[in-house]
Amino acid sequence: MNKGLVAVLAALVVGAVAFMLTSEKPSEEKKEATAPVADEGKQITIAVPSFLTGGAAGPFGIPAMNGAKMVVDAINKGKLPAPYNTKGFGGATASLIELDEGGGATKQVAEYRNLVEKRNVDAVVGYISSGNCQALAPIAEELKQFTIFATCGTPRIFEEAPRQYVFRTMSHATADNTAAAMYVKENFPGMKGYTGIQQNYAWGQDSWRDFDLTLKQIMPNSKASDNVQFPKIFAGQYGSEISAMSLDSADLVHSSFWGGDLDAFIFQGAARGLFAKKTGVLTVGGTAAYRLGKKLPNGIVLGARGPYGILVRDRDSVLNQWFINTYKNLYGTYPSGPAYQYGQAILAAKIAYDKAGSDPSSEQLAGALRGITFESFSTKVEMSLGGGHQAVTENGYGITKYDEVNGENIVTDVKFYPASCIMPPDGVGSVEWIKGGMKGAKC
Amino acid sequence: MDTFLTILLDGLQFSSYLFIVSAGLTIIFGVMKILNVAHGSFYAWGAYTAAFFIGKFSDMGMPDALGFLIIIAAAVVVGVVLGFIIEQGILKYMYQRDEVLIVLATFGLFLVLEDIILIAFGTDPYFAYQPMALLAAVEIGGITRDVYGLTLIGVATLVAIGCWWLLNKTKWGTILKAVIFDREMGISMGINVPLVYTLTFIGGAILGGLGGAYIAPTISVAPGLGTEVIVLSFAVVVVGGMGSIVGAAIGSLIIGLLRAVAVHELPQVELFVVFAVMAVVLVFRPEGLFAPAKPRKI
Repeated sequence: MNKGLVAVLAALVVGAVAFMLTSEKPSEEKKEATAPVADEGKQITIAVPSFLTGGAAGPFGIPAMNGAKMVVDAINKGKLPAPYNTKGFGGATASLIELDEGGGATKQVAEYRNLVEKRNVDAVVGYISSGNCQALAPIAEELKQFTIFATCGTPRIFEEAPRQYVFRTMSHATADNTAAAMYVKENFPGMKGYTGIQQNYAWGQDSWRDFDLTLKQIMPNSKASDNVQFPKIFAGQYGSEISAMSLDSADLVHSSFWGGDLDAFIFQGAARGLFAKKTGVLTVGGTAAYRLGKKLPNGIVLGARGPYGILVRDRDSVLNQWFINTYKNLYGTYPSGPAYQYGQAILAAKIAYDKAGSDPSSEQLAGALRGITFESFSTKVEMSLGGGHQAVTENGYGITKYDEVNGENIVTDVKFYPASCIMPPDGVGSVEWIKGGMKGAKC
Repeated sequence: MDTFLTILLDGLQFSSYLFIVSAGLTIIFGVMKILNVAHGSFYAWGAYTAAFFIGKFSDMGMPDALGFLIIIAAAVVVGVVLGFIIEQGILKYMYQRDEVLIVLATFGLFLVLEDIILIAFGTDPYFAYQPMALLAAVEIGGITRDVYGLTLIGVATLVAIGCWWLLNKTKWGTILKAVIFDREMGISMGINVPLVYTLTFIGGAILGGLGGAYIAPTISVAPGLGTEVIVLSFAVVVVGGMGSIVGAAIGSLIIGLLRAVAVHELPQVELFVVFAVMAVVLVFRPEGLFAPAKPRKI
């Protein structure tokens, strides 16, 4: 090979690497600052799985892990606001095992077994993917391991089988979509038809089903499109889907997209005027609110999978302001939903440890968390479904608007719906409840 | 009529995207007989490099139009640097090995390059919307279309014409065809086959990088984006015939247009269509629709 060509290529490599190294990189360095500090005395180990690689890492996995680390660190040091200002988890200092949730359910099952059987973790707190949670719930039961699911959304986990050791500390997907439908009814009463675009797996299908069923109940005169789009997850290209929805007579587009898919859909849809012509309802849009800045169109109905992130930025409770300010100081940005949800799950673990007594077993921890109600950072959490294993919280939506003065996105017309209005009662399946006219809903 | 025109444009746009990415894959296979799984990494690196520099230059107050130059530069730099390092550093030592081993090696490279992306760029997504925002939107067939997306059709056409011209109207094309048909005979005729291999690999890598760099302004550039594209590229190349540029073009058109029809008329089968086409072609013509003829050696 010509030596001159080699020299040119070497120079190019050196130049590119030098430019990248001297430029500002994402907040990799900052997150290390929050690693929990080990104290002397009792120790417990908590495994925290989250997406650390892949398309879900940036918008979901990393903020979630940051939220978990921040709260663990504060608990270890006794720096959480009251009433959680006692040091440690039942007095024990927690160390975290951070795990990548990527690689699919089969890999996660193997890793979970490894965590429990070989690494002897005391608790597992985390998981974002509904597919992973669905696969892991029976394994956790088999291994009798105290496990808290933090973010995953499918309602099936506690509706298809009773659980003894598995908990979820946020509402499931039904709440996202019943609340979205109610918000649409209140704010867009003239809506004639609706369509949607969802990732083609359990999350997307369940989300559309619940939204569609609820609207059929509460806005029976509106018509669902026959051409709802279900592209492959992580497809990234939605040109044809946007065209199909643009030609559709529906005046509202619902999407449960998340992560990079959500960002790409917003970019491509905005460039083609989709959100100018139709009302967008993004049930997980809260993760994009801070990252996209002005690129997020105004007028979108935005959810955050509960009372988290941008929807609760103005809530002035001590716990919430501590969470927002501490997170912003550590990571340079406001906390999005996943950060709250992981922080909330860690907080639930602390409550269980504090209540269960010294050196608790999984049974004692489960008994301590089962059916309780606790005040979390941004909302009240009631462990009232699934025999006390599935949480319910309020859920809210708002409408996006870019604040030119402060140079950031805000949400207006925020409305929260109580858990008793948007979630089925214990023992009743979501689909059955919605189809039956949402009996017992207290709005 | 509006629906027909929309489906046609959607199909052409998606076909163009598929063709740009799969052209490099099929060129490398045609000349070198390497099924290069690392091609997805060229796409990802192209996207990351373009998004990174577009964002940086935009922050520095440079004109957004510069983004188009950055896209081309990112494709060339990624293709030349990665293509050269991989071909010279690894593949050239494996040409005499079994083809399956080479596939495994490129798969390993793919994983390594994905991890290097994480180290170099972190896990936060990058946005490079400026070139797309610069071009206006137009009304075609009753709906709004972004002009940037439509330019993809032009870019793919240029790539196709360029490949045709290179293969059929230049001495370099004659050399390539000679190597494709019979490597040993090419060597005996005085062709510098190792140089042909190196330049072919770099050319294929540039096309992979171009696909990523050009798409970057329309997506969130995040870890893992190379994985999806390699699966689609394989489907295109298998349908068209491995090693055939015409095949890649026709395969892209078939898959892109059928997918657009499915999205508009029967979205439930959108995923199925791409791989159904591949399965049907494999059943009736396992070598693909336009597989290059193979000389019979006696």
